[in-house]
Amino acid sequence: MSDIQSVTPAETHGVTPGENPLAPGLPEHTPRRADIDPRAAKRAERQVAIMFAIGALTPFVFFVLYVKIPSDLLMTLPVFGAVNASNFWLGLVMGIGLFSVGAAAIHWAKKLMPDVEMVAERHDFAGTEEERAEAANQFLQGTEDSGFTKFPLIRRTMLAALAATPLFAVPLFKDLGPMPGTKLRSTLWTKGTRIVSDVSLQPLKASDIPFGGLVSCVPETLAKVEEAAGTLNARAKVPVVLVRLRPEEIRSQQGKNWDYEGVLCYSKICTHVGCPTALYEQTTHTLLCPCHQSTFDLSDSGNVVFGPAARAMPQLAITVDADGYLVAQGDFTQPIGPSFWERG
Amino acid sequence: MSTVVHEPGPVIKAGGAAAGYVDDRTGISKFLKKNLTKVFPDHWSFMLGEVALYSFIVLLLSGVYLALFFKPSMTEVVYNGSYINLNGIRMSEAYASTINISFDIRGGLLMRQIHHWAALLFVAAITVHLFRVFFTGAFRKPREFNWLIGNGLLTLGILEGFAGYSLPDDLLSGTGLRIAEGIMQGIPVVGTYVASLVFGGEFPGSDFIPRLYIVHVLLIPGIILGLITAHLMLVWYQKHTQFPGPGRTENNVVGFPLFPVYAAKAGGFFFVVFGITALLGALFTINPVWMFGPYTPTQITAGSQPDWYIGWMDGALRLMPNIEFTAWGRTLSLNVLVPSLIIPGLLFTALAVYPFIEQWVTGDKRQHNLLDRPRNVPTRTSIGTAAIAFYILLWIGGGNDIIAVQFHSSINAITWTLRVLLFTVPPLVYVITKRICLSLQRRDRDKLLHGYETGTVLRMPSGEFIEVHAPVSDTERAVLLAGVTYDPIALDTTPDENGVAPKLSLSARARARLSRAYFGQQIAKPTEDELATAGHHANELAESHTKQLGSGEHE
Amino acid sequence: MTRAQHVKNTHPVGDAARAVVAKRRHPFATLLVLLVALTAVGGLYAAATGSGVASASGLDGNPQQIAKGRQIFLEGCSSCHGLAAQGSSDGPTLIGVGAAAVDFQVGTGRMPLAAPGAQAMRKTPIYNQDQIDALAAYVASLAPGPAVPTAEQIDYSNANLQEGGELFRTNCAQCHNFAGKGGALTNGKYAPALTEATAAQIYMAMLTGPQSMPVFADSTVTPAQKQAIIKYIKTIQAQPNPGGMALGRVGPVSEGLLLWIVGLGAVTAVAVWIGAKSS
Repeated sequence: MSDIQSVTPAETHGVTPGENPLAPGLPEHTPRRADIDPRAAKRAERQVAIMFAIGALTPFVFFVLYVKIPSDLLMTLPVFGAVNASNFWLGLVMGIGLFSVGAAAIHWAKKLMPDVEMVAERHDFAGTEEERAEAANQFLQGTEDSGFTKFPLIRRTMLAALAATPLFAVPLFKDLGPMPGTKLRSTLWTKGTRIVSDVSLQPLKASDIPFGGLVSCVPETLAKVEEAAGTLNARAKVPVVLVRLRPEEIRSQQGKNWDYEGVLCYSKICTHVGCPTALYEQTTHTLLCPCHQSTFDLSDSGNVVFGPAARAMPQLAITVDADGYLVAQGDFTQPIGPSFWERG
Repeated sequence: MSTVVHEPGPVIKAGGAAAGYVDDRTGISKFLKKNLTKVFPDHWSFMLGEVALYSFIVLLLSGVYLALFFKPSMTEVVYNGSYINLNGIRMSEAYASTINISFDIRGGLLMRQIHHWAALLFVAAITVHLFRVFFTGAFRKPREFNWLIGNGLLTLGILEGFAGYSLPDDLLSGTGLRIAEGIMQGIPVVGTYVASLVFGGEFPGSDFIPRLYIVHVLLIPGIILGLITAHLMLVWYQKHTQFPGPGRTENNVVGFPLFPVYAAKAGGFFFVVFGITALLGALFTINPVWMFGPYTPTQITAGSQPDWYIGWMDGALRLMPNIEFTAWGRTLSLNVLVPSLIIPGLLFTALAVYPFIEQWVTGDKRQHNLLDRPRNVPTRTSIGTAAIAFYILLWIGGGNDIIAVQFHSSINAITWTLRVLLFTVPPLVYVITKRICLSLQRRDRDKLLHGYETGTVLRMPSGEFIEVHAPVSDTERAVLLAGVTYDPIALDTTPDENGVAPKLSLSARARARLSRAYFGQQIAKPTEDELATAGHHANELAESHTKQLGSGEHE
Repeated sequence: MTRAQHVKNTHPVGDAARAVVAKRRHPFATLLVLLVALTAVGGLYAAATGSGVASASGLDGNPQQIAKGRQIFLEGCSSCHGLAAQGSSDGPTLIGVGAAAVDFQVGTGRMPLAAPGAQAMRKTPIYNQDQIDALAAYVASLAPGPAVPTAEQIDYSNANLQEGGELFRTNCAQCHNFAGKGGALTNGKYAPALTEATAAQIYMAMLTGPQSMPVFADSTVTPAQKQAIIKYIKTIQAQPNPGGMALGRVGPVSEGLLLWIVGLGAVTAVAVWIGAKSS
């Protein structure tokens, strides 16, 4: 601090109103219309009363509307179109009623309550030097009386205890969830798992997939696993898309012979933060994520061509089974979805 | 206000007896005597924080109602209800009960919509209240604690809103949670553990919604309530700041008494805010969860967006280039980490420490009860507008797909444009704001010294035309005179007795430098002498229009 | 397809138009109704004046019609698609795209292209249905391809609405949004809103994969599933917005804007009233 010449503001020009003889004081109060004209006052009184009356009546209107309007009745309004009548009328009446009560109170305050501005002095709420000294003294006396300084053993063990007791809680949170383990690295896909279309669960042959087509798929085994587990956990990792490109359109893929007759299978889970990514443009063979616009080129190993995703979309190697249906050659060879620290 | 002793009537007497009963047991009369006439200054911008408070009350009321019907459970059920589009579809109980609230509970949809509109309003009101406090310097001593509490409330409000957005388990909710899970996984070292603990194993699991529910209805609102109480107690105790004006000083507070005027206005305003959220709920659809469908990890909708207050973080995620490092079997995802944790962390930290930095730069340890006019503190105002520009650009980034569709433009071009603008616009806004502030200061000075232009043009005997200037009103003068002019901190470089220049610490240099940046360009307020001379001119002018005026009118 | 079928085909459009009058809230609704009605009337007119329609297979159109179609093709399409529809640097080959692709592209006014751009936009068709049918017959005669669906194929009255919803959310919503309001694709391309698309057009779009859109062939999305999807789209389009004005059905962005402008605007206006000096 010593090397600073001036730490307080140089108030060479600071002019604070009230302290400056040129600055004016509180201006004289000009009366409102209602203050001088009894008719204006009467009118304001009536306005306030009407608004309060609206506030008092609308709940009863609300009761009637609540009972009378069936919850599924529709009504058509200009501009708004067809809306639910119950929602519209209940909300409107409630809104108007509440607003009126508020407006009445404000109008009352503005028109009829005194509007002479009052001046209150601010008081320094910080303690005086003596008060501070006394407080500090009392504290020190208490410390002294307790022997806090006298018994270092007590002091240290107490501090240790206070620091340690919150630790009781730490292990209790352990069972919030299992350790992550290797679950992020595997999915339901195994060698020979049939690829079935999502929703309709139909197995697919290569000839079913048209050039320029897109099919959102899941493993055939998913339905049973989901039924047993009762969660969407397996579903969160397995979604894939099937697309079909002409041989000359496939510039590269993540493994040799991972396609089957030009049918490519890629994960549907974005490698950025995990949104399902299925905005497929058949002209450019790109897959766009609607959440953050990461764009993957499926004709070129699923590489990222735009957006915040850093890694290519994982490809699932596929082939066909004895019946000619598309199946996985095995699980993904890398974790699907967002990156994580241990991913490597 | 008046000192008239009121002659009690019979009703008052009965009331008095009741009040006496209470006072005997609580001693409340002492508190009332002191506080019923407590003065509150009146300004529209002082009501913005109240909007946040009142929308919070609306949220508590509507939220309790919704909790009577909402089932925070991820157990799968097959829906069969009034909304036929979803009949026979598997969904979580949470989603099914939200559909029931919307279609089968009479008034349920209204309460849902009021709750959601009030939530958007809550965070918006906190935000504009924060702007007001920032630009007027209301965070200065002695109100730094309240600034920090307000920061905490904003953070919690955003978290609470996101929790509410996520609870119905519709397609947008689940997509938002999946992104949240992706962000958690992106945390270095502990990411996968955090995600696994939060979701009770793999995403989405069956534990998360019940857990989020208790956080949403008890934990966060409880903390918010506590912080609001502390916030209001401090306002009460420290008394409200006020804008400069006639009769307003650092040591007084000018306004209306708590009872009856302020109580009527503030109480009325609560009803108004409640009424407006009810009207929004009646007239405008918000979050039509039935159209999104239940959450399932295989589905997504174009235009998957968060509510507005998360929009800027989503925008940051969209605009961030794809930088990721992998080495020694470890992955560091800066493309996730920077926009979702580092940028928000830095912004909130900067917000929290700003008052302390400014105090360090100004060296000003005094109490401030009179607010700054933003133009009188150009550097702070410019920092604020530049930060808002940065925020708005991120916000626009969060809606880049909607913009692309609505304006038939390329999403890639928008993203690249925003990436560039993010670094160029805030500095530009900073410079422009500073220029504007300084010209406004200059105009204030001119007005004080030479009065305002009346629009009356006079022809002098010499044939010269002049416009008559009239002195500003007392009220305006009080406003224009307000403000403190700081001089930059100077470094003490005087050599010691041996002729050696003192060694200056790094922090001292930095401080002096910042101080110069802060106060390097200021338009000095007129001194008393200058004002007196100018006042003399003005009087002359008023006395005689024909007198030749001094030549210094338009310097 | 016989004339009677064609007339019947236009009926749902008329119904949809009436439904729009009754329920839609958008200010452009009237304009849209007019457009739809005009299209419907055009279709009726075309049917009444005795024009033929491409047959289901698209291959046995009569030689006269094919010749007429070829004439139109040479005048209006060949500059980009080549004299024998073999394609050029300005436009893809049309051999094998089928009648459905022609009916969709020309019937929605996307073709002929008005100006080069990221994507052809929907506009008022410049050919009447008669001419479109002739063009379709000509293109269909070049090589087999998807045909214009028959009235039975697009009759979705018995389709499964809920299954349609699931299929829509799984296969369509990612680009066209949860309510069929459209969405952004890369580099200025976009998935259009489905608000103006007729059942036949939606069907043909799935079948042919126009522009960026992938193909949803019958082998992956069966005709019954296509009908279910159409039923879901038509249902949600006609569906009222129980909660009030829908703000475009584009999700939280428009809600946020409304809150900042209308919601915060309203409370601020009252705050200004409270703070103003009363007279």
